[in-house]
Amino acid sequence: MSSLIQGKAWKFGDDINTDLIMPGKYKLSITNLDELSRHAMEGLMPDFAEKFRRDDLIVAGRNFGCGSSREQAPLVLKHLGVSAIIAKSFARIFYRNSVNLGLPVIECKDADEIRDRDSLQVDLERGLIKNLTQKKEYPIKPIHPAVWQILQNGGLVNYVKKHGKLPW
Amino acid sequence: MGKTVSEKILSQTSGTEAYAGDIVVANVGAAMAHDGTAMLAIEAFQEMDGKRLWDPSRAVFVLDHVSPSANENFSKVHKEMREFASKHGANFYEVGSGVCHQLMVEYGYAQPGALVVGADSHTCMYGAIGAFATGIGSTEMAAVFLSGKLWFKIPETLRINLEGSLQPLVTPKDVILKVAGTVKADGATYQAIEFHGSAIKEMSVEGRLTLSNMAVEMGAKAGIIEPDEKTINYLSGLGFSPSRGFMSDEDARFSEILDFNVSDLEPQMACPHAVDNVKSISDMEGVEVNQVFLGSCTNGRIEDLRLAAGILKGHNVKSGIRMIVVPASRRVFLQALREGLIEIFLNSGCAVCNPGCGPCVGAHQGVLAPGEVCLSTSNRNFRGRMGCMEADIYLASPATAAATAIRGEITDPRDLVKPSGVK
Repeated sequence: MSSLIQGKAWKFGDDINTDLIMPGKYKLSITNLDELSRHAMEGLMPDFAEKFRRDDLIVAGRNFGCGSSREQAPLVLKHLGVSAIIAKSFARIFYRNSVNLGLPVIECKDADEIRDRDSLQVDLERGLIKNLTQKKEYPIKPIHPAVWQILQNGGLVNYVKKHGKLPW
Repeated sequence: MGKTVSEKILSQTSGTEAYAGDIVVANVGAAMAHDGTAMLAIEAFQEMDGKRLWDPSRAVFVLDHVSPSANENFSKVHKEMREFASKHGANFYEVGSGVCHQLMVEYGYAQPGALVVGADSHTCMYGAIGAFATGIGSTEMAAVFLSGKLWFKIPETLRINLEGSLQPLVTPKDVILKVAGTVKADGATYQAIEFHGSAIKEMSVEGRLTLSNMAVEMGAKAGIIEPDEKTINYLSGLGFSPSRGFMSDEDARFSEILDFNVSDLEPQMACPHAVDNVKSISDMEGVEVNQVFLGSCTNGRIEDLRLAAGILKGHNVKSGIRMIVVPASRRVFLQALREGLIEIFLNSGCAVCNPGCGPCVGAHQGVLAPGEVCLSTSNRNFRGRMGCMEADIYLASPATAAATAIRGEITDPRDLVKPSGVK
């Protein structure tokens, strides 16, 4: 995974729970990932899957991904091509799930300043978000080395495939 | 420096002297996945070239979320889980056994002082008996299946002191709703909660399970209660010889201490569409409902069923309303049968379903229609949770559920039953 990410922001609010990201009724009844992904974020934006452009980013407020432990929530976002999620904070299990799937989750206290469809450039190694639209820069919370190691390898499964063992 | 219960359990299971903020790799005592999460874990296990489980006797698979299966896709999931568990010699709980979390306690996978992980957010429930139990994702569950180990950041601990005595018909569910409404949905994110105080000492273990179950609704990693005589008696009653587990040291460091007095607490409700949108019942009385659900890992235990049946006895569920009762496990169902509670539910007009998650996840046994309102004793009322984006869900206690089913509108159970009349 490259440490540079560029795309437009798709902005959401606080406490976006996993039932909104991936409703349980689909998670449990659809086993095909293409089909499942069509319902991503349906509770907030019914045509999200159709409109979302690969490599764009999701930006949200506090406690993104709260609720159920369902890994299908970050999985469908990654499948649709979400390049990173920036939020003021994340729910714990969603954060771990995203890392394990190789989807960068970035804590940024200034996430509120980012507007819908702003053009963003994220430098994970330097720990900086550039808002190209607003010509502003925001620092990001440094990513823990253990987390970065998994992200760089494209997630936990890919890490194990590459190294033949778990990172711990 | 003193330690919290979380610091002690994660130190012991990782063989380190660890404190909040440290990252440790710890040995897991038991690991559980259910029909909503196990398939992704099994697939990741196979992709990582997993050949055998680290210790099949510690791996638990449960069919509870859509159980019995409601369609062909679920049936395929169930079939693959059965085959995987059988091939690897893992523990497997068939359709009708009950909700995974209830089984983890009843069958002794969760014990005081143990480290338990589950691919389900409500795994935090076993904190009520002094385990460090937390929800994890499916991919990392696959890593646990391979190695029996997982990395943990040792959480800071938020200490919640609950003092006083609950009034009749005010329950542990009302307490945890009050706490969640105060702490808010992200107030304990990345932290463990420890519940202390005289109200905890008075509370039954079943009530404590309700409290710990909902710790995750505040973002918490664990919801811990120090084991006491009640814990030991409860587990002994289930046929185990439990260890004493751990207590927090007097000089343990807490991130924050919150004090609540529960003596004047009224029945509480979480209103649509957030668990922390909590109001007292007096603000919500009269809201009409279409469905009442009594059950789930939060409130499907024998004490919950007793409380609701005691109120329903001699009454009917109001015409035009349906009430669905789902005991949390086969053991609970059998006990309810012996005590005549199932007969009371059936005579009142309730639909009694097999043990499992019931309608809580919105996949079967009581999916709502657009415009409908449900009062549920479960733990989440997010939009779409019970299968319909245009339905409203209120969360409340078993007592409020029973009273509401009788009147067809949100009802304070104390309006229906004089305190002396209950049990």
